Amino acid sequence: MAHLRFHLRFPEDKIKEPVLCQINRAFPKVDTNIRRADVREKTGWMDVEFSGDPAEIERAIAGIRQKGVIVDPIELNVVE
Amino acid sequence: MATPAPMDSDKIKGLVCRECGKEYPAVSLHVCDMCFGPLEVQYNYKVIKPRLTRKAIEAGPKSLWRYVDLLPIAGNPTVGLAAGFTPLVPAKNLGDELGLDTLYLKNDTVNHPTLSFKDRVVSVALTRARELGYDTVACASTGNLANSVAAHAAAAKMQCYVFIPHDLEASKVLGNLVYRPNVVEVEGNYDDVNRLCSEIAGEHRWAFVNVNLRPYYAEGSKTLAYEVVEQLGWDAPDHIIVPMASGSLLTKIWKGLNEFHKLGLIDHMATKVDGAQAEGCSPIATAHKLGRDFFKPVKPTTIAKSLAIGNPADGYYALKAAAESGGTMDTVTDEEIVEGMTLLAQTEGIFAETAGGVTIGVLKKLVKQGIIKRTETTVALITGNGLKTQEAVMNAVGRPTRISPSLVHFQKTFGLGNHER
Ligand SMILES: Cc1ncc(COP(=O)(O)O)c(C=O)c1O
Ligand SMILES: [Zn+2]
Repeated sequence: MAHLRFHLRFPEDKIKEPVLCQINRAFPKVDTNIRRADVREKTGWMDVEFSGDPAEIERAIAGIRQKGVIVDPIELNVVE
Repeated sequence: MATPAPMDSDKIKGLVCRECGKEYPAVSLHVCDMCFGPLEVQYNYKVIKPRLTRKAIEAGPKSLWRYVDLLPIAGNPTVGLAAGFTPLVPAKNLGDELGLDTLYLKNDTVNHPTLSFKDRVVSVALTRARELGYDTVACASTGNLANSVAAHAAAAKMQCYVFIPHDLEASKVLGNLVYRPNVVEVEGNYDDVNRLCSEIAGEHRWAFVNVNLRPYYAEGSKTLAYEVVEQLGWDAPDHIIVPMASGSLLTKIWKGLNEFHKLGLIDHMATKVDGAQAEGCSPIATAHKLGRDFFKPVKPTTIAKSLAIGNPADGYYALKAAAESGGTMDTVTDEEIVEGMTLLAQTEGIFAETAGGVTIGVLKKLVKQGIIKRTETTVALITGNGLKTQEAVMNAVGRPTRISPSLVHFQKTFGLGNHER
């Protein structure tokens, strides 16, 4: 079981969509745990921990990306 | 993965979450377990204050380690013993050109051994990595950081992995290979490299200097502020211009100045810390201009590649630090960056990389706008060497004048006349 942490950014038109709910339903074996979030009228981000099988987490992340949400590592940019 | 700390000296209190304030021991941990906020080193200033005097510092080594009392290592430094204590150069010619009476350049283009300010952060990170029992160090980088990690790891006989995007210029790849680290070219786009490295850092017991050792690594940048103050005769300048990529350097300059003030090493500190970015990658400066406390990540397009971080880890904190200090932020175009580089070279004889062009370009703007006044003591941080980014100025420096090996031809070409004896 892996625990991977990601920073999710929601574009303006996605803020109101229940993206995480949909992902939880599509990937029931991956647990999501929101640790920190800031959702305003036009911007929104969440720091989320994903727990489960690493390959299944990768698929869940790909699913989130497909919905137009931008997924970065929790550290943001590590290529300095 | 957390590692037990060795016998920590009493000066380090531990790590603290910048967001929720939760405290941790000084291990290799960089994100708060509770809220995922970034962690920072906390010191026991009560223990440090009595022993840290100007005299004690002046008697220390001529390197950044003269400030070891304010650096996050428990024992004696073991890596990068010659890093830091670079010249603070009075820049009369450039000052005249820009309209400043008292301008200084902090010249980290001659930092030891890889000619950028990254030698500071890497010296601290690798010394700490050894204390924490690591024998393998790593980083993800497109330039200065990788050079410095690879060089220091070679000298310290540590295993080293350097991760780079697969489409980096040949000269940059060579600058790493020469030290014989494991240079790993990752296929995929920049985001893929970024995500992979963050995952590797979470999986392997390696000291990933800018990921799991980031709290220690970042502290090394404070020494630029300490040195400036000491070299000004224990005085804080009115302005410091700082180039920004992740925003860590600016944040730590502000922290360093405040520490010196709090510890009584300077009586007065009203320094404005100003941030400089390239227009083609300016998430932090743009947020500042818009008066926002958050930034919008961007896709970088600028010749200032060492500053091309579109989603900066410390952007939020850099915004806060500049605002607290009363400083400002601005940007320059690629053209202005080249102008800044050549102006610096031609007035002060310092060949800086593109980041230096960004700093000088923004300095010029701030003086012109009256934000920095003629009489204000100003320090510009020149953080990397121009020999590393030669392609940036290739088309702006002209060609040599070619002549035949004839005295007459030479004198004619340069209008020197024929001097009879
Ligand atoms: C030459 C140079 N100057 C300045 C910086 C900015 O540092 P920071 O990421 O701490 O903002 C970098 C970072 O990569 C750099 O290479
Ligand atoms: Zn926290």
